[in-house]
Amino acid sequence: MKEQGGSLLQKEGTKTVLASLISIVIGLAVGSVLVLVVGLFSSNLGLASAWEGIRLIFLGLFSTGRDQVGVLTWGFNPRSVGNMLFRATPLILTGLSVSVAFKTGLFNIGAPGQYLMGTMATLAIALGIPSSALPGPVIWLLAFLGGVLAGALWGCIPGLVKSFLNINEVLACIMTNWIAANVVTWFFDASNFKNIVENTKSGYIYKTTYGLTQVDGVWTYVDGNGVQTAKLGLDKLFPGSQVNGGILIAVLIAIGIYILMSKTTLGYQLKACGSNRHAARYAGINDKRNIVLSMAIAGALAAAGAALYWLSGNTEFHWETYQSLPAEGFNGIPVALLAANNPIGVIFTGCFMSMLNVVGLQLTNLTAYNEYITDVIISVIVYLSAFSLVIKMMLNSRKKDKAANAAPGASSPDSPSEPDGSEAASTEKGGEQA
Amino acid sequence: MTFLIQQTLLYAVPLMIVALAGVFAERSGIINLALEGIMIFGAFVGVLFVRLMQGTGLFSGSRNWLAMQALELLAMLVAAALGALFSLLLSFASVNLRADQTIGGTALNLMAPALVLFLIRIIANQNTLGMSEGDAASWFMIKKSTFGIDSSTNLGFLGETFLHKIYLATYVCIILFVVLSILLYKTRFGLRLRSCGENPQAADSLGINVYKMRYAGTTISGALAGMGGFVYALTTANCASTGDVAGFGFLALAVMIFGNWKPLNIAGAAALFGLFKCIAASYASIDINGDGVFMLKELGISGHLYRMLPYVITLVVLAFTSKKSRAPKAEGIPYDKGQR
Repeated sequence: MKEQGGSLLQKEGTKTVLASLISIVIGLAVGSVLVLVVGLFSSNLGLASAWEGIRLIFLGLFSTGRDQVGVLTWGFNPRSVGNMLFRATPLILTGLSVSVAFKTGLFNIGAPGQYLMGTMATLAIALGIPSSALPGPVIWLLAFLGGVLAGALWGCIPGLVKSFLNINEVLACIMTNWIAANVVTWFFDASNFKNIVENTKSGYIYKTTYGLTQVDGVWTYVDGNGVQTAKLGLDKLFPGSQVNGGILIAVLIAIGIYILMSKTTLGYQLKACGSNRHAARYAGINDKRNIVLSMAIAGALAAAGAALYWLSGNTEFHWETYQSLPAEGFNGIPVALLAANNPIGVIFTGCFMSMLNVVGLQLTNLTAYNEYITDVIISVIVYLSAFSLVIKMMLNSRKKDKAANAAPGASSPDSPSEPDGSEAASTEKGGEQA
Repeated sequence: MTFLIQQTLLYAVPLMIVALAGVFAERSGIINLALEGIMIFGAFVGVLFVRLMQGTGLFSGSRNWLAMQALELLAMLVAAALGALFSLLLSFASVNLRADQTIGGTALNLMAPALVLFLIRIIANQNTLGMSEGDAASWFMIKKSTFGIDSSTNLGFLGETFLHKIYLATYVCIILFVVLSILLYKTRFGLRLRSCGENPQAADSLGINVYKMRYAGTTISGALAGMGGFVYALTTANCASTGDVAGFGFLALAVMIFGNWKPLNIAGAAALFGLFKCIAASYASIDINGDGVFMLKELGISGHLYRMLPYVITLVVLAFTSKKSRAPKAEGIPYDKGQR
């Protein structure tokens, strides 16, 4: 009996990976079809450019630009790979944020707001402490921790209103997102962190490498205080890219979350609340406390992503953000869903999502298409994962039914009225393997 | 005062109609989190339609105002139709595949801006798709001159407020709101739809096709949201689509919950939120009692606060009303015939 359970578990894991791979392939295919349709119907694009676009969607990471004749060239592109790792850093952390909340039965759509609050606190600390007061690495650490704390506090708000006032956390998260967007804009508007040294740039905050220094008795911002994430030799490995040690920190945090969720009492309590809040309370677990705690952890993780991104030393924050929310926050949702909320899986899906980002940039640079196609692909993947969760749930409940008695529920898990092409394919997949 | 009422109406009416869209979906048992995405999509489709019609040259000659209003109504219809079509993605996932409705809705919310911006960039080579000539005010706004009245004539308070510088779309939406509320509460169809959101098993046992009803609810919801999106773009964004409606669809959801899923309460809630949105958008030019003093501006409070206010108020209001709010019982639960 036990062995059987083990093999089933293994199957479950492979099934999850397969379901995710299928979602990815379908997502990429939908993107390609869109590119093809637009290419055929647009007078100035044509089939040839559509074919280039499609190849870039699948292999954009290995594109090295165009040669003199204008033909796409391919090969290992250290710059793209390095940038992929750099952009994966915030995505892994927002993905972890969403997945921790998911495990507690909460849908954390508030990651963008938590990300923004983390950004605000990180930049305020990094730029607010005079360079002469503390050495660069200490300021870095303070800024990172400050950002994480701000995110945790901001994440608490939806958790608190959910557990004590019974407000739907999705709605509360969305409202706190927009409040955060306005608070951040307001804060930076009133601050003196706006970059006025380089007058070619308007609307940007200083990089964190700028430090408050006294020049002739006047406090001014001067470049080069050393507040930036250590490169750890990764820039030698991937020359020309923005990669730094942040990716390693993100991986370490992911492993930490894995241990927290599967090896500690706290993780067990959180998951118990996620599976059945009432049963958890009956078992003596403080469900309200755990909901707040879960959202706080989620907020801290999202903010850690922001801190690592902005502390890299070569990123600049556009502060007038009240009308838009950072995509890194929302993209944590597909990252978590694709990884089936497994913290280790999030590392890989985060890298995949940032690869799509790089692909989008290549599309914009090399063809007449633009980077929004990758957002379409991501949304298709989210759409598909909406039912891959359901398939898994149904398989699980079916297993239980079988154990109890040869229940009639063992018929096909779901019979969609008509197998409508791609969407139904993943459903059938689940059915076969049961 | 006239300005305040008109501006509030501009924001309140799309909010009201989109909140009603939410009611239709949720009363049938489907959480439509995709309202925001459908609005974005509807706004894009409507604006694109207006552009294409302008491109045909039908309207280039004499500016016949009846033709313009017809164009506006047609664009609303097209936006509604395509919004309904887009919402089928949600119904298919949540009715046939019994998917998680929250994630399905989120997927549509991600998809709409991505798709719309992708197309806008290819069509217009920038991030905004506007009208190809003229602006919303000169083409679609109804003014005194539309009726041949001299602009110096004073029509009295009511006339100035409700007949001058207004959009036909606003009134169409109000009429639709009333008609659809009656549909939901006073007809057989409405009763059946609502029963599917309360107790689908019981409804099914009485011979009502729950799947069909849920499809109907979500499709009506998609049509209304798509139309509301276009009306929003037309009246507040100068008939331009930018792949963004600034969280308006989510505000509509909040209005729906605050209004306790009932049309009359929703109308009131929408008016309240419309007022806050209006203050946020134009606090610097609101002259409440008409004495030439812009009180809100002279208070010296940062505009950022006014912009944040609608969202803060939403949270606070929800905090006070959530205890007695009564959502449809079966909303968000996929209907499974075999389940007791």
